[in-house]
Amino acid sequence: MKAGAAGLPRWCWALLLAPALAAAAPRVPASGAEVLEVLPWRNDPQQREVRELRASLSQAPLDLGRATGVARRYIELGRREADPRYFGYAQAALSPWWNNPAPPAAVRLLRASLLQTEHRFPEALADLDAVTSAEPGNAQAWLTRATVETVRADYPAATRSCARLSSLADEMITTACIANVGAMTGRLHASEALLATTYKRGAGGDAAVDAWVLGSLAEMAARRGDAANARARFRQALALAPGDSYLLAAYADFLLEQRRHDAVLALLAPHLRVDGLLLRHTLALAGAGDRERLAPELAELGARFEAGERRGDGVHLREQARFELQLRGDAARAVGLAQRNWTSQKELADARVLLEAAVAARQPAAARPVLDWMKTSGVEDPALARLAQQLAGQTKGAKG
Amino acid sequence: MKRIWCLFCLLLAVALPASAHKPSDSYLSLQAAQGTAPLQGRWDIALRDLDYAIGLDADGDGQITWDELRRRHADIAAYALARLRIARGGQPCTLSAGSQLVDSHTDGAYTVLPFTAACPAAGALEFDYRLFADLDPQHKGLVSVEEGGAARTLVLGSGQPHARLAEGAGQGFLDFVEHGIWHIWIGYDHILFLLSLLLPAVLVWREHAWQAVAAPRAALIDVLRIVTAFTLAHSITLSLAALGVIALPSRWVESAIALSVLLAALNNLRPITHGRRWIAAFGFGLIHGFGFASVLGDLGLQKGALAASLVGFNLGVEIGQLAIVAAFLPLAWLARRSWFYRRVMMLGGSCLIMLVAAIWLGERVFDLRLLPV
Repeated sequence: MKAGAAGLPRWCWALLLAPALAAAAPRVPASGAEVLEVLPWRNDPQQREVRELRASLSQAPLDLGRATGVARRYIELGRREADPRYFGYAQAALSPWWNNPAPPAAVRLLRASLLQTEHRFPEALADLDAVTSAEPGNAQAWLTRATVETVRADYPAATRSCARLSSLADEMITTACIANVGAMTGRLHASEALLATTYKRGAGGDAAVDAWVLGSLAEMAARRGDAANARARFRQALALAPGDSYLLAAYADFLLEQRRHDAVLALLAPHLRVDGLLLRHTLALAGAGDRERLAPELAELGARFEAGERRGDGVHLREQARFELQLRGDAARAVGLAQRNWTSQKELADARVLLEAAVAARQPAAARPVLDWMKTSGVEDPALARLAQQLAGQTKGAKG
Repeated sequence: MKRIWCLFCLLLAVALPASAHKPSDSYLSLQAAQGTAPLQGRWDIALRDLDYAIGLDADGDGQITWDELRRRHADIAAYALARLRIARGGQPCTLSAGSQLVDSHTDGAYTVLPFTAACPAAGALEFDYRLFADLDPQHKGLVSVEEGGAARTLVLGSGQPHARLAEGAGQGFLDFVEHGIWHIWIGYDHILFLLSLLLPAVLVWREHAWQAVAAPRAALIDVLRIVTAFTLAHSITLSLAALGVIALPSRWVESAIALSVLLAALNNLRPITHGRRWIAAFGFGLIHGFGFASVLGDLGLQKGALAASLVGFNLGVEIGQLAIVAAFLPLAWLARRSWFYRRVMMLGGSCLIMLVAAIWLGERVFDLRLLPV
């Protein structure tokens, strides 16, 4: 017979959580002037622009140029605000073509971008494949393709896609593309040096591109253990792109590693609507031993993951595995989540959470896919190497 | 530079969901009564989504006040209910809105729209959900239907707007009964444990040897005691574990179950408990209950239907167990005087059970894989 997972089963967690969820009850507000919701848009020029474009699209919903324009604006907004509702609005603009097996290339590229936000990587790659064969000169398509291939750990394909970029995009973007693959395949130092040199030469153009390159450089420095350089680059990147949720998450992880919990709390306090940032804020509270503020945030996080689970999408698996492992101490459940996550995406953070969970649950066999990946990719990362060593010790201990 | 900026946003969109907000969901719960009585519904819809669809922020200051919201209550009800169809037994239900309240979910404020669904017929429920399908195809409706103590859930949206829930209050309950029976049927360790205790029920240990019992009454009472004690014990621990009062690591539980099989079979070779096997059945039954609970946990309990699934699963286990007893006891009674039963079945069988149990124990303690089951 099959042995069940150790620790509390999922529904038990739901029961424990029920009181926290039940605390909110339907009510009639006491006063008519009570503000119930603050809307995130209105006064923002970008919002106003997209509203006007949407109005013009509604006059001619089949106008390809207007539709892709609206979709692109919404994807930008979704990216900036880390808010998936905008991706739904973008999809709505593309709805006349959405279910078409072979829509025009411009729609197909945007559809690929939206599919990957839902972690539907194979479908996204199929679209990108079609766009790059139809339009080999489409730089956007090659860069997006390289990024998805890197997430899927298909490094030879990613390298080929970056190579196609070199004649189509500027030097810094091409170099960043190649360096991000190289940093995963045993060429961390050389990739960082190359990217740093290119950055010095080409910085000062688009702030968003500079921030992206600086963020990559900061993460590479952090992996090498060069904390001073990593911190400086993170801060520079955030100065160029304040409120960028990807950068904030990466910087917070770096600070958590340094056990600078107060710095994390200050950094993330204005961004707790974003699930991944709330997770790191809660980790900092746990690290700082602030039990009083920890309890409500734990309940809130649990409720958000439960809502995601009810919805049935798997985009939060990496964060949820971390939540189970580091905040709830349910290593067995974390292993299951991290394993499911690893079948979908294979970035450093995905590898790390599976190894950590496997160590904590004493299930070295569960980590096998990551250990194999580490061998074949040749990735250099001291934290991963340390965890792999611990797992090897456990395997030996179990045999001896 | 514009070209690169766009390129760049698309690229970074890949990394986004790792730290995203909650996407747009509505929460639709429905309480179904028996027969054709109206269904009671509650539909929570985010104010942000309603504002995007029909505009709630009358003064355009980026804030939605209670006054602004309640002026639009009738429009909200009309907009939402026009995009939801419920049918029962193939006949469309008439939806009518009640007066709205406000609630908070993890991503902000929601209007709470109570409604009743008057259905002309009884039968299976059907849903057709189109809310925001044209504005945000990624929007989902998280539907939960409570009927006769069992709650079932659906996720509807533009990808799958239509769903049908099969009829019957006991549907979820019966599923769990079936799971319980199935678990006993494929749970060889429970079957072997029960058989080890039942094998000597038609015998009595006298002068250092097993002799056939004369009266069927004695054998029946013995079986009754064992089965009752085992049932009582595993029901206690199954409930405690399922309610989250106690949680034990599954490897210990599985190892202890293997040990219990081993000891029960050993007792047939060298009786220690002398006709008080029901005590062993009770003691070890406590451990088997934890084993059942881990299976039940893996099945995933329906929230709000905990009691029904717990009782259903346990009932299934008892049915499976009684089937084994009913198949075994008449044969054992008829064969009890034979040399075959007393030597081959009783002693040989117990030895075999011990061997299998010992291998299980080794597997589970050292986390190995030796047997195919």
